[in-house]
Amino acid sequence: MTGNFRLEQEELEELLNLLVEKYGYDFTLYSRASLYRRIMSAAVRGKFSDFTSLKLRLVTDPAYFYNFVEEITVNVTEMFRDPQFYKMLREKIIPILATYPLIRIWHAGCSTGEEVYSMAILLKEAGLLHKSILYATDLNQSVIESARSGIFNIGTMQRNSENYIASGGKADFSTYYRANYNLVKFDESLSARMVFSMHNLVSDASFNEFQLIMCRNVLIYFEKPLQSKVLELFDKSMDTLGFLALGSKESLKFSTIAHLYSAVDAKEKIWRRKK
Amino acid sequence: MNDRLIVIGGSSGSLDPVMKILGLLRPGFSIPIIIIMHRGADSDDSLAQVLQSRTKLVVKDAEEKESTRPGFVYTAPADYHVLVENDHSLSLDVSEKVNYSRPSIDVTFESAALVYREKLTCIILSGANADGASASAYAEEMGANIIVQDPVTAGVSFMPERALAVLKNANVLGVEKIAEWLNGL
Repeated sequence: MTGNFRLEQEELEELLNLLVEKYGYDFTLYSRASLYRRIMSAAVRGKFSDFTSLKLRLVTDPAYFYNFVEEITVNVTEMFRDPQFYKMLREKIIPILATYPLIRIWHAGCSTGEEVYSMAILLKEAGLLHKSILYATDLNQSVIESARSGIFNIGTMQRNSENYIASGGKADFSTYYRANYNLVKFDESLSARMVFSMHNLVSDASFNEFQLIMCRNVLIYFEKPLQSKVLELFDKSMDTLGFLALGSKESLKFSTIAHLYSAVDAKEKIWRRKK
Repeated sequence: MNDRLIVIGGSSGSLDPVMKILGLLRPGFSIPIIIIMHRGADSDDSLAQVLQSRTKLVVKDAEEKESTRPGFVYTAPADYHVLVENDHSLSLDVSEKVNYSRPSIDVTFESAALVYREKLTCIILSGANADGASASAYAEEMGANIIVQDPVTAGVSFMPERALAVLKNANVLGVEKIAEWLNGL
């Protein structure tokens, strides 16, 4: 922590403005405390000695920039994270989705794909996967590639399997993947129903309508005005009577779309559009 | 906005000292307090309830973008880091564990030090983990007051000892003296 340079507030703002101008990636409405911390860790890992050298590298080396974006955004996730939430999906939401001829779900900020594979497993177990399309988007190309591959580290499977069981899963979790040394690859029948694409919630528009939009632990990194803007984007992308699922510490409360939704389960953070 | 902030960090053996300190604070104590205690990822918000029984201050789990208020004690929710923003509101973060911990004491100390500098008081209590040591040294550098529970009085002395090994001017105090010190702020 000592011995390395620290960005001043003004330098952080200058850096964020530079990234918008040069690459069109806008982090200016991200919550500063977390963003600052991640930029400092990236700078330490990159062994930069001062602000100028970090700035120069970012401007002159696009490959480094994309790596930097991955480092400063949070990509920590696990399958069936918050098992009670998935239990609620399984018992209360999926039976309603089952009534649609085609089920469209959007995983906004899908990171390395753990959530979208969890959802595919739920749909498969409900006999609905064949008529579902799971759209998974993120602003990082590299995590999308990772998600698309369906390959995960075997070390995370015990935790994933425990979560799966706690969410009401009855199968042997290991039947969903094949292990090879320290990696596992999930069954292609799951990924066959997934569409992966880059999408930046800050700057990109609505691209379809969905019966369920999942965006968990993404809004916590945004300042209030950006949270509202993204919630409005979700509302534009919501089918009549569609569901919105947020992270366990996130809320629609106080947002501009709050009056259009009713809470299906306040604790598990699932809302439904009233009409 | 409040011009001071207190952040208390602890791990195993810290529940008892935290309860004692809260219980000994004078009526009307108004500096906001954030408590970072290591706890299981799946635990609910009962920590806030347990602490509430010991104090007239309002104890609650920190919510994202919540402004810190006088007379409030904020506990870090299980499995989230708590950070302090420039406008003194709180942010939550589920990024990687730090020192095997989420919430991590280092994360909150560091972000609070950046905002509050010499108006910050950091307190390190009992624990079996080195979390908090590194950022308390940084907070000290930024001008914050650092209090370390006297290791002799700590249920598990490792955490205070690790902090003392990197601090220059820490106040080493027993639990009652920590409360007395805070009452004098």
